Amino acid sequence: MPLYILKRFIMMIITVLIIATLTFVLMRAIPGSPFDEERTSNPTIQANLEKFYKLDQPMPIQYLNYLKSIVTFDYGPSIKKPNESVNTLLARGFPISFELGMATIIVAVISGIILGTFAALRHNGIIDYMAMTFAVVGISIPNFVLATLLIQQVAVNWHLLPPATWSSPKHMILPVIALATGPTAIIARLTRASMLEVLTQDYIKMARAKGLSPFRIVARHALRNALMPVVTIMGTMLAGILTGTFVIEKIFAIPGMGKYFVESINNRDYPVIMGSTVFYSAFLVFMLFLVDIVYGFLDPRIKLHKKEGEV
Amino acid sequence: MVTKDPRVSIPDDWFRKKGEDRKQAEAVVRPSLSYWKDAWRRLRKNKLAMGGLVFLVILTLLAIFGPVFSPYEVTATDLRNQNMAPSAAHWFGTDEMGRDVFTRTWYGARISLFVGVMAALIDFFIGIIYGGVSGYKGGRTDSIMMRIIEILYGLPHLLVVILLMVVMGPSLTTIIVALTITGWVGMARIVRGQVLQIKNFEFVTASKSFGARTPRIIRKNLLPNTMGPIIVQMTLTVPSAIFAEAFLSFLGLGIQAPYASWGVMANDALPVILSGDWWRLFFPAFFISITMFAFNVLGDGMQDALDPKLRG
Repeated sequence: MPLYILKRFIMMIITVLIIATLTFVLMRAIPGSPFDEERTSNPTIQANLEKFYKLDQPMPIQYLNYLKSIVTFDYGPSIKKPNESVNTLLARGFPISFELGMATIIVAVISGIILGTFAALRHNGIIDYMAMTFAVVGISIPNFVLATLLIQQVAVNWHLLPPATWSSPKHMILPVIALATGPTAIIARLTRASMLEVLTQDYIKMARAKGLSPFRIVARHALRNALMPVVTIMGTMLAGILTGTFVIEKIFAIPGMGKYFVESINNRDYPVIMGSTVFYSAFLVFMLFLVDIVYGFLDPRIKLHKKEGEV
Repeated sequence: MVTKDPRVSIPDDWFRKKGEDRKQAEAVVRPSLSYWKDAWRRLRKNKLAMGGLVFLVILTLLAIFGPVFSPYEVTATDLRNQNMAPSAAHWFGTDEMGRDVFTRTWYGARISLFVGVMAALIDFFIGIIYGGVSGYKGGRTDSIMMRIIEILYGLPHLLVVILLMVVMGPSLTTIIVALTITGWVGMARIVRGQVLQIKNFEFVTASKSFGARTPRIIRKNLLPNTMGPIIVQMTLTVPSAIFAEAFLSFLGLGIQAPYASWGVMANDALPVILSGDWWRLFFPAFFISITMFAFNVLGDGMQDALDPKLRG
C-alpha cells in the first residue's frame, strides 16, 4: 500500500510538472511581448516593465524562476491589474468557486445515487423510465444553456430566485442546479447500471434469504459495491465541474476564480492565465490522486501493486 | 449385375436414391448474419437510437442544403430588422445585427457537425495507431506507452484546450487540433485493451502459423474485431466535441464573428434573453441539446447492438 501511494504520488508530481512546463512553453510561444498593446513608446519604460516581470532574463533562468514560483505558491503580479498579484486573485476567487464546486458535487452525488438506485429497484418501471429520460436529457443539455433557461424562467419570469451574484444561500440554488444536472445524470446512469448487476449476485439472494429488509439489503449490501464505478469517475467529473464553473460564474456574475480566469483569457493576462491553470491543474491532479487512494481502500479486490501489463 | 426382365417393366421413378435428403441436413437454413448485419438488425429494433440516427441524417441534410432555402446570407446584416421575432420572412427571427437566425442555425450545424466528426476521425486514427502498437507489442513498449497515457489522462483536458486556444488564436482548425491533442487518449486506451484481449485468441495464432506478417494480422485479424467498441467510442466523442466547441465559443474562444456556430449564437443571445427575445437563445440551444441527445442515444444503442454478449 505505501508503495502504491508513493508511486501515485510520483506520477502526480510528474503530471503537474508537465502541465507547468507546457503552460510555460505555450505562453512563451506566443509571438510578441505582453506589453505590445500598451504601446510603450519609451524603450526605457519597456525595459523597466520587462525587468519588473523578470522577462529580461534568459529563458532557462525564467523557467527555473517559474518553477520556483509554483513550488512557493507565488505567481507574481497580474499584468493587466498591476496592483494585484495572482495570489490575491486566487485567494479571493478560489474559495467561492470551491464552494460552488463542492455544493454541486454534494448535490450531484446524493441525487444521482438516489435516482439511480430507485431506477434499478424499479427496473423497467415508470420510475426507471422517468429517471433514465432525465439522465439522457441531463447529459445532452449543456450547462450554459440550462443556466440561461433557469435565469430566464425561474428568476426573470417567475421572480422565484435571484438571477445573479453570490451573496446568500438563495443565490446558490440556480447555479448549483445548472452545474449539477449533468453530473447527476451521469451518476444516476452509472449507479443504475452497476446496481442492476449487483442485485443479481448471489450474496444479495443470500441476504434476502436471511430475511433482511429490502432497505437494509440495498443500503448495507448492494450500494457499497454498486458505488465503485461512481468513485472511479469522480476524478474526471471533478474536472468537468471545475471547468463548468467558468461558464456558470460568467453567466451568474459570480466573482469566483472562473470569472477571473475568463477575464484573463480575454485580456491575455498571461501571469493570471499561467497561475490559475497551474493552480487548477495541480488541484485537480491532487483530487485524482485522492480518488485513486480512496478507491484502493474501498475495494478489497484491487491489488494495489499491479503486475506489469495490467491496467 | 442386373438382368432386365422384359415382362416386368418398372418405371425409373419408383426408385429413390437413399440418403439424398440427408445432404441438406448440414446446410444453413437461415441466412447467415455477419457481425455487422446482426448489429444493424438489433439497432433497428431500438426505436430511440433509430430516432437519433434519423434526426442526425436530417440535420446533416439541413446543414448542407438548409441555407439554400433561405434568401439571406449568413453574414448579411439588416439594421432595419434587428431582433425580430420569428415570422414568415424570418422563420427563426433575427439577431441584434438583423442577421437571419434560420440561416445561421444551419451554418452552426455545419460547424458543430464538422468539429464533432473531424475530432472523432482524428482521435480514431491516432488512437488506433497508438493503442494498436501498444497493445500488440506489449511488454516494455506497452509499459512505457501506457505510462505516457496515464500522465496525459490526468491532465485537465478543457484547461489544456483553453490554453492552446489562447496561444494558437481562435479558429476552426485550432479547435479541432486542441480537441484532438487531448482527446485521442481515451480512444488509444480502448484500442489497446481490445487488442490485448484479442491478440491471444486462437484465430490469431492460426493466422501467424500460416505465416501472416504483423501488418496483415493487425489489418485482417485485430482491427475488424476491435471495431465495435471503437465505433461506440467515436459516436460518443462527437457530442463531447460538439459540447466543447459550444463551450469554447461561449467563452469567446471559438469561431469568431461574423461566422456562426451554435455556441457563438448562444453566447450572443445572453444579453438579450432578459428582454424576452427568447428565439435568440432557443434555436441554438435547442439544436445543441437535441444533437447531443441524438448522438448519445445512438451511441448507447450501438453499444448494446455491437456487444456480442447481447446477441440474441
